[in-house]
Amino acid sequence: MFQNKMEVSFESISENESFARVVVAAFITRLDPTLEEISDIKTAVSEAVTNAIIHGYEGKRDNQVILRCEIRDREIKVVVSDTGVGIPDIEKAKEPLFTTKPEMERSGMGFVFMEAFMDRLEVESDVGKGTTVTMYKRIEIPMRMEESCEKSH
Amino acid sequence: MKTEWQETEKSDIAYRVERNTLVITLGSELDHHSAEHIKNRSEYYLYKHQIRHIVFDFAKTNFMDSSGIGVIMGRYKTVRGLGGTIAVANVSEQLERIFVISGLHKLVDRYQTVRDAIQ
Ligand SMILES: Nc1ncnc2c1ncn2[C@@H]1O[C@H](COP(=O)(O)OP(=O)(O)OP(=O)(O)O)[C@@H](O)[C@H]1O
Ligand SMILES: [Mg+2]
Repeated sequence: MFQNKMEVSFESISENESFARVVVAAFITRLDPTLEEISDIKTAVSEAVTNAIIHGYEGKRDNQVILRCEIRDREIKVVVSDTGVGIPDIEKAKEPLFTTKPEMERSGMGFVFMEAFMDRLEVESDVGKGTTVTMYKRIEIPMRMEESCEKSH
Repeated sequence: MKTEWQETEKSDIAYRVERNTLVITLGSELDHHSAEHIKNRSEYYLYKHQIRHIVFDFAKTNFMDSSGIGVIMGRYKTVRGLGGTIAVANVSEQLERIFVISGLHKLVDRYQTVRDAIQ
């Protein structure tokens, strides 16, 4: 079974959202994901990291967001953690359109996208201690390789 | 016709005014970071010029998350109050899914090209 793990910690500033997306995309290239799968995972990572920065740390810098990624066979696990304010009611937070920051033009769609684009989502949170979001997605065995082989023959 | 181009300092986002329409050509990624920028710049254009409509051009854009939904919704609320509309052009299949899941596709008009959207 193929296994691989990585962990990065970065400062809670919005520039690092694209950094986090690129890191995860680079880490999973070995599984040869489709463009759609890459895009799904990038969106989910972006949502979790953005939430850590704007909600967990309330937009304050000098805090660290931790991003962990693990590959087991063809399954990817992505974990995003902050040690920020925490979520008082996780079920409520996951509801579509629920946001505690409407004045910041948040639409309450972050958890909806994470659920839509990944296979599974787990949220653990303690008020005053922080939040950890864990997401899983299976990458299908690429069909494109056989197809392109057939075409070239 | 008076057309004003302004390329901003730090980003690959372009803003252009055509009569009462603001055309925003988005960069490659629309996330929380670029959304803040778009919010500030478009508010500036809205007050400085007599803007009624906004066209978002996604031709160069290959990534958008909920921050993009938020910034478009925010502009929708502003222009609707002025009797205007929001249009989007050149939306890729991948981004189309984001529009549909969020319900935003019901609030904005979609066009193949920016030309179509302006007319
Ligand atoms: N890491 C976090 N720390 C604290 N609160 C969080 C965290 N992540 C989410 N929340 C809470 O859950 C709510 C819902 O999150 P969700 O991402 O679905 O929407 P949003 O961030 O408010 O809006 P959008 O993601 O559409 O911009 C947030 O408004 C916030 O109150
Ligand atoms: Mg969010």
